[in-house]
Amino acid sequence: MNAEPRILNTPAEVTLAEAFSASRGHLPGDAAVAAARAVAFDAFQKKGLPHRRTEAWRYTDLRVLLRSVPPAPPAAPASIASAALLPGLDRARLVIVDGAYRPELSDLSGLDGVEVTSLATLLDQGDERVGALAGRLDDAMVALNTAMMTGGVAIRVPAGLDVTRAVEIAHVTSGAYSVFARNLISVGAGASLRVVESFTGPDAAASVANIVTEAVIGDRAKVTWAKLQAEGNAAVHLSTTAVSIGGESQFDHLTLMTGASISRSQSFVTYGGEFARAGLFGATMIGGKQHADIMLGVDHAVPNGASRELFKAVMDGKADGIFQGRIVVRPGAQKVDGKMMTQGLLLSEDASFSVKPELEIFADDVQCAHGATSGEIDEDMLFYLLSRGLPRAEAETLLVTAFLAEAIEGLGDEAIGEAFEQVARDWLADRKTLS
Amino acid sequence: MTAVRSVAAGMNGQIKMLSIKNLHASVGDREILRGVNLEVPTGQVHAIMGPNGSGKSTLSYVLAGRDGYDITDGSIVFGGEEIVETPAEERAAKGIFLAFQYPLEIPGVATMTFLKAAMNAQRKARGEAELTTPDFMRRVKVAAEKLNVTQEMLRRPLNVGFSGGEKKRNEILQMALLEPKLAILDETDSGLDIDALKTVSDGVNALRAPNRSMLVITHYQRLLDHIVPDVVHVMAAGRIVRSGGPELALELEANGYADYVGAAAA
Amino acid sequence: MPAVQETVDQVRRIDVDQYKYGFVTDIESDRAPKGLSEDIVRYISAKKNEPEWMLEWRLEAYRRWLTMTEPTWARVHYPKIDFDDLYYYSAPKSTKGPKSLDEVDPELLATYEKLGIPLREREILAGVEGASDRRVAVDAVFDSVSVVTTFKEELKKAGVIFCAISEAIREYPDLVRKYLGSVVPTSDNFYATLNSAVFSDGSFVYVPEGVRCPMELSTYFRINERNTGQFERTLIIAEKGAYVSYLEGCTAPMRDENQLHAAVVELVALDDAEIKYSTVQNWYPGDKDGKGGIYNFVTKRGDCRGARSKISWTQVETGSAITWKYPSCILRGDESQGEFYSIAVSNGYQQVDSGTKMIHLGKNTRSRIISKGIAAGRSDNTYRGLVSAHRKASGARNFTNCDSLLIGDQCGAHTVPYIESKNASAVFEHEATTSKIADDQLFYCLQRGLTSEEAVALIVNGFVKDVIQQLPMEFAVEAQKLISISLEGSVG
Repeated sequence: MNAEPRILNTPAEVTLAEAFSASRGHLPGDAAVAAARAVAFDAFQKKGLPHRRTEAWRYTDLRVLLRSVPPAPPAAPASIASAALLPGLDRARLVIVDGAYRPELSDLSGLDGVEVTSLATLLDQGDERVGALAGRLDDAMVALNTAMMTGGVAIRVPAGLDVTRAVEIAHVTSGAYSVFARNLISVGAGASLRVVESFTGPDAAASVANIVTEAVIGDRAKVTWAKLQAEGNAAVHLSTTAVSIGGESQFDHLTLMTGASISRSQSFVTYGGEFARAGLFGATMIGGKQHADIMLGVDHAVPNGASRELFKAVMDGKADGIFQGRIVVRPGAQKVDGKMMTQGLLLSEDASFSVKPELEIFADDVQCAHGATSGEIDEDMLFYLLSRGLPRAEAETLLVTAFLAEAIEGLGDEAIGEAFEQVARDWLADRKTLS
Repeated sequence: MTAVRSVAAGMNGQIKMLSIKNLHASVGDREILRGVNLEVPTGQVHAIMGPNGSGKSTLSYVLAGRDGYDITDGSIVFGGEEIVETPAEERAAKGIFLAFQYPLEIPGVATMTFLKAAMNAQRKARGEAELTTPDFMRRVKVAAEKLNVTQEMLRRPLNVGFSGGEKKRNEILQMALLEPKLAILDETDSGLDIDALKTVSDGVNALRAPNRSMLVITHYQRLLDHIVPDVVHVMAAGRIVRSGGPELALELEANGYADYVGAAAA
Repeated sequence: MPAVQETVDQVRRIDVDQYKYGFVTDIESDRAPKGLSEDIVRYISAKKNEPEWMLEWRLEAYRRWLTMTEPTWARVHYPKIDFDDLYYYSAPKSTKGPKSLDEVDPELLATYEKLGIPLREREILAGVEGASDRRVAVDAVFDSVSVVTTFKEELKKAGVIFCAISEAIREYPDLVRKYLGSVVPTSDNFYATLNSAVFSDGSFVYVPEGVRCPMELSTYFRINERNTGQFERTLIIAEKGAYVSYLEGCTAPMRDENQLHAAVVELVALDDAEIKYSTVQNWYPGDKDGKGGIYNFVTKRGDCRGARSKISWTQVETGSAITWKYPSCILRGDESQGEFYSIAVSNGYQQVDSGTKMIHLGKNTRSRIISKGIAAGRSDNTYRGLVSAHRKASGARNFTNCDSLLIGDQCGAHTVPYIESKNASAVFEHEATTSKIADDQLFYCLQRGLTSEEAVALIVNGFVKDVIQQLPMEFAVEAQKLISISLEGSVG
């Protein structure tokens, strides 16, 4: 039964096939890129949209959730309102509108020595960085991105350069369009970089963003990376980050999910050298009928690595919060220290929380652990605060903020952490006025 | 001597800080408080002693307004006002403070943040202006020094990783800063060694004042060597079964609770 | 510490790679023709003298099965099974449904004696001291038939029905029709559906309202024939306020080919009833090169149908080449409780994918999962578990602890929990660790004079203690020995 060729049969799948046929002739890239696109689309077609039997996507069934696919953005560049996101955080900005890098809207000051290139340019030149990591992922939506990617930005930090000013890669969607962007980040040996990735768009616009970022982090490099998904309330957000980290490097990554109607953020970290440390943090704050899925995968391919995953989710209304975590320790990857913790807080009776924190271990001399909890606000803690005179709403806010803060502060970057905590406080303030 | 004089003063119609009449409270089907009658005049320290399971801790939670207890009968009048229906946070703002037997650990909330939030919330509820940061810092510094609470402790998340003694000192610090009218100390001596007990008791004694009452709940007499009460009550099977002066505590220490357990059951 | 000493002694006695239940009983058998078809289903049903409704039930399952495909989500790998190359029914010729022990073929009695299973009612379990005053009723299933059930009469006096399921279908059709397939529907999954079509025997237990079963009940499953699948079916019903403790044991001869065992167990607990189900699974695991061994593809599920009912699964899994089983609880009744205690030991080339599902449907339901996985040799050991709270499961509570221990660097230990909460007041807690035996623990033991094998046995015994304690006393010692034997040769 399974041997029969799969027929594309959801309307979204049909639209995507039509979109690929229509656009393949004028997507950027040389002949090799065009060939790679065809192979990737073929791979996508074989798999189809991920569904509940696709184990990695079991809680985000796109065959059901993705009803339709909006058109490609118009050729003429859209004008966008300047975002008031993350006030007070000093950073350079690389702006990508509807999947196209827009240098004229960007601010590159403080990035001396850093090479910033438009992805479209790299595709035309056939740069080998494109697909180096994403090509290894067995994922239908990544394959679709490879087939359809239109643009994005590539950042290269030379060895030894310490970039102190944070760099924001600001993805802005201007309306109800399909967006396929690809970004590349390479950080040379011993260099350091602070990245903020943001995703925004107007409310009520049913956009579908499929964004893939590939990052190669060199030996002894230090990278701090915070991702803020604050898309408009009708948006579908699908993003994948594939990272390889070098020996003795340190990589800290935070995903904060608060926007979009349906979102899935997946991050995969592979250890390329020994004694590297990665911290992967996630915080989800959703309400209404929002659906947010975070997948964090850590692949200890070499010995002596350390990883920490900490994920916190707060669900209000009828929201569905999802976390899938996986720590893999490959054969021979001895002395790995991997810890994963996931905690859900349900603020309403109709919210739900699903988690699958997975350990896959093939080496014996390891210390791996995971924990998971789900529940409502702790009654004892709440009473303790009430008995000190805090009004109920304030006590709840304090507890929820503290709950989320642990994941946000895990990033270890005070300025970015403070800016993101403000996003959390704003969300809670909005929530209070809603209820 | 003190005790006798105070009791007499109470009888002379001094204003009652707290007046509990025929209080019945249950959890689920189980009745725990079975008609508590208790009066605490302003400025006095009363001790409640009793065997395990007599309802002492329940009484402290019910007075502080914790959810989960059904008040099936009776009244609690605090400062002349019925408070049975008053939510916990409003009781706190009115001046009821409960020092917990097991203070909660709240990860992610710095002790300082918490202290400021609590002090300002109570001030706001009473219609007073919020404290300025320098004023707040000064108050905390003064109170913390007296109780041997270090700056390092104040920076840590609330009670997280605190030793038993540190947690209890932190409770008394909160009491000092919140300046309650009625302080309920629930088994404050439990888990304390003799030095910590002395620090905590000194802290409590320093807060004794003519306009403040205290209800000291304890199983053992030893706390009452340090915090000498005006009146001692014995609680058994959900009722106050006997009241007297400090000498009653010594009698209990010598004879145990066996008589009261039997008497209450009968 | 006597249990530990026992383990140590046992380790010393047993040769490496020696499965002590691997002998073959030489007995003439009555077999169905090879392969699977409607005719084979009819053949099995006819052999059992089943009523028409039972045959229809089987045929419906068979037709359903034809439309299904084997599950592939578990972390187990094996060549495709040719379901037409198996025998679906095999029974010792001498057995025509024995009425009493005296009628049982002496060769069979000798077999069970050799396995240490008491079929004579005065005997007790071999080698268990301190159990002399405790009796265990046994249903002995040999390939496709139940050869004898002990203590039947005495149990009957208490109102407890304990017999072969084939007998129950004939004698108690109303009870069987009411409950069979009510927990694991015929369409549940590939192997359960196959079982529904071809199951041959198994045990049936019915404990009436308010009765506490006067003794432990147990079933011993033995696969003897070559190329024969065993498909047993067990159904246990505890009426309101009833209590029963049931244990199953399984062994098979050492054979080069893989053999299929696809059982279905259904438990039903009504208001205030309690069922305790313990398994010591020691099917032949295959040889040191991974040749042979049983494919153990089992569906076990308990339905806490009544309020305040309780179902507790305890399993010690040491055998089988491949284990695929998830004893589960459906917590339907308010305030019902489910428990799962598991020890899964894998060595050689064994593959284990086992765990549980705790489905919280009723209010204030509680569940507890304690799983201890030990992987050695070149084995793979996966815990896979689901805890879910549905919208109406207010006040549901789960606590899960799953720990894995790796012995050697060629094996794998995996933890795949699924936690799904749709109720804010449901509180779930899950914790899991994976580690090896700490060098300093090992050194401490060695320094006190233990050999490394003794030290490992000692530490492993400590690791699994929480689960061993859940077993009926008679079997705790046996289980402990089994674990040490299974880990034989795992320390270099």
